[in-house]
Amino acid sequence: MAAGTSAAPVLRMSGVSKSFGATRALDGVGFDLVRGEVHALIGENGAGKSTMMKVLSGAVAPDSGRMEIDGRPYAPAGPLDGLRNGVAMIYQELTLAPHMTVEENVMLGREVRRAGRLDRAAMRRMVRETLDLVRHPEIALDVPVGRLSVGAKQVVEIARALVGRARILVMDEPTSSLPLEDSQRLFEIVRGLKDKGVSVVYISHFLEEVQRVADRFTVLRDGRSVGSGPMAGARLEDIIHLMVGRELKELIPRVEHDIGGTVLDVHGLRGARMASPVSLTLARGEILGIAGLIGSGRTEMLRALFGLDEVVGGTAVVSGRELAGRTPWTRIGRGLGLLSEDRQGEGLALNMSVADNLTLSDLAPYRRRGLLRPALQRRGAADWIGKLAIKTKGPAQAVGDLSGGNQQKVALARLLHQKAAVFLLDEPTRGIDVVSKSQIYEWIGGLAKEGKAVLFVSSYLPELLGISDRIAVFHRGALVEARPVSEWDAASLMAAATVGRAPRAAPVPPRSAG
Amino acid sequence: MSLQRRTGLVKALNLFGPFIGLLLVIALFSLVPEVQGRFLRFANFKSVATQSVIVALGALGMTLIIISGGIDLSAASNIALSSVIAAYAVNAGLAPPVAVALGVLTGGLVGLANGALVTRLRLVPFIVTLGMMGIARGAAKWIAGNQKIDAPMTWINELMAKTPHPPWLLLAPGVWIVIVLAVVLAVLLRSSVFGRHVFAVGSNEATARLCGVRTDRVKVLVYALAGLFCGLSGVMEFSRLTVGDPTVAVGLELDIIAAVVIGGGSLSGGEGSILGTMVGVLIMSFLRNGCTMMGWPNYIQEIIIGAIIVVAVALDRLRHKGQ
Repeated sequence: MAAGTSAAPVLRMSGVSKSFGATRALDGVGFDLVRGEVHALIGENGAGKSTMMKVLSGAVAPDSGRMEIDGRPYAPAGPLDGLRNGVAMIYQELTLAPHMTVEENVMLGREVRRAGRLDRAAMRRMVRETLDLVRHPEIALDVPVGRLSVGAKQVVEIARALVGRARILVMDEPTSSLPLEDSQRLFEIVRGLKDKGVSVVYISHFLEEVQRVADRFTVLRDGRSVGSGPMAGARLEDIIHLMVGRELKELIPRVEHDIGGTVLDVHGLRGARMASPVSLTLARGEILGIAGLIGSGRTEMLRALFGLDEVVGGTAVVSGRELAGRTPWTRIGRGLGLLSEDRQGEGLALNMSVADNLTLSDLAPYRRRGLLRPALQRRGAADWIGKLAIKTKGPAQAVGDLSGGNQQKVALARLLHQKAAVFLLDEPTRGIDVVSKSQIYEWIGGLAKEGKAVLFVSSYLPELLGISDRIAVFHRGALVEARPVSEWDAASLMAAATVGRAPRAAPVPPRSAG
Repeated sequence: MSLQRRTGLVKALNLFGPFIGLLLVIALFSLVPEVQGRFLRFANFKSVATQSVIVALGALGMTLIIISGGIDLSAASNIALSSVIAAYAVNAGLAPPVAVALGVLTGGLVGLANGALVTRLRLVPFIVTLGMMGIARGAAKWIAGNQKIDAPMTWINELMAKTPHPPWLLLAPGVWIVIVLAVVLAVLLRSSVFGRHVFAVGSNEATARLCGVRTDRVKVLVYALAGLFCGLSGVMEFSRLTVGDPTVAVGLELDIIAAVVIGGGSLSGGEGSILGTMVGVLIMSFLRNGCTMMGWPNYIQEIIIGAIIVVAVALDRLRHKGQ
């Protein structure tokens, strides 16, 4: 890509600043985008990536700085104006109308008319061409988008961005909601776009992924560009260092802890949405990591265990007593606590206060003579806000106003508050910044040290390998392996998750403390 | 800084919005010379309060339902059915307390049926209560033989008397009942575990379930409780009319919903307050009262109230933006 960088940039952004109230979101950022390159924009949550891309697409007007496209000044009046200049944006959440067809979605807002009527033939031709461009001509035009897979939906979303002849495509966390196989497909599309001369700005938390797909990168920190360069040859550690100013090893701290007797014994458990029965045991003070692809049955097992899905067979014994009843209410009574993978949709009631969210699963301590005392409730919540260093204006603030990392801490604090003994954690670090992640690892280690038992579901292998005592792998609905962490490495985990069996990794000596 | 001031303003709007609306309405009519004299009198306030009782009782229950994320289109039909049952009971020679109890219980049963259908069949409340709206109205007409049920005068009819029987009561007994129940319900919502659970279900049902809230039980209770309020409202309707009329209160459910919404209730759930709802009820009653005094025809009132609903919801939107 060395040749690419010497070419005149298709987009040049320099000295762009933007403040919201007292917060300086962007502080003189800039970068060059070359024709036909994939440029990764990397940074923690709050580093300014989203604001920068909103400035680029025209959704936000900068306070100062300048942008040029093909050497001509570019100052979009709005997203539509940005689109007219060839800048298209694909957002994190899919924004398709589920009941409308592929064709209708792609052409939405750009309908072609002839003599006052929709020119279906012309539109179909355009959609066809665009689907060819993204190498997915097999997608049918007349299918309602709601019936497509998530991956296919994303292809439609990309097609929609491209149908207006975009030359610069901005993708914001495009794989965050995708199963692994669909991510592969996305990478192929991105490579194909490159060949057609489209430049892609690619924002992602997944550094390994960025390494595979990007030609160059720019790292943002606190609203500034702190580093930039070609991806080939760049070391992951160096990029992380740029992002947070710390080393990777410190980011997944391991807390030493002792493993006690069995607390959870699951035998042949089968939930209504589980493909096959699952058995596992979990001891006090143990962290059992659960690996597997998205959709492999990990979440379904947790939900059946917690009574959110109906249980159709098998037993689960907690602290020597078999689980009876089938509601989360009875499970909480028996010491189980579940952290949902869907923080915003299920984990938290976003417009309720931090105090309400934190204490909802156990309000009993705040009752006096049958009446709930909000003041006591707020005080109880304030304790946990302090203990977990949750950044909030106070217990009465709506939880939706907090950053992703702090929201997740509220959801975790709820489990502590309800005095859970067995923690079922479903992707606890998904979509949160590196520093909050690090705090959560430390906190999970602390739990084990206190003798709590933790089931830790994750798709991020370094964290699984970093903090688990044992790791079990889900493959197509079945739990294939549970081995001590020392017998796993990233390659064998991936193999177990994708093919269902794995060569045993050469046993490594137990890691040293710290 | 300006952002902070703005959220301050939004907060104030949030707290006092409905009150400001009420004061504005009262001030408006107080400034018009033609009606000033009659409008600003205790006797008039008293009659406005009495006229508010039926909608107020329905709106108390509706507040619960709307906070929980539901809706009840059958409220008005339920009121009519309950009033017919109460009249039927009095007419059949049952003691007045028994008749009152039967009326209230009828409402409760209809509510219970709503709740059971919503939770068991997993149907959306809009559909369930739309169906119940027809069922309850039809049942009322059937029981009443498609005409009014005459009933002998009893103390029930004094519940809605503009001049209460022991004059030291100052307001009709029905008004006092509304005030007491409103206070009880406000306490229940604000400071009981059940109240928190109602808000949680409306705010995010999945979260509530995850936190061990028995969401189905909460919903059934909410609809049943709201049904009891409709039943009581029906008894008041019977008290006011002195007959059981199955065709009464047609379309009243929309007034009831409007009162909750004007008072800050959000149709997407998780928001609303008893105080707000009561102010919403009064805003509509004072408007009707003032318009009647001005000699404005009915249709003008309808247009004004319609506009107020839209303005109230628009303000609600603004509030959400600020948050």
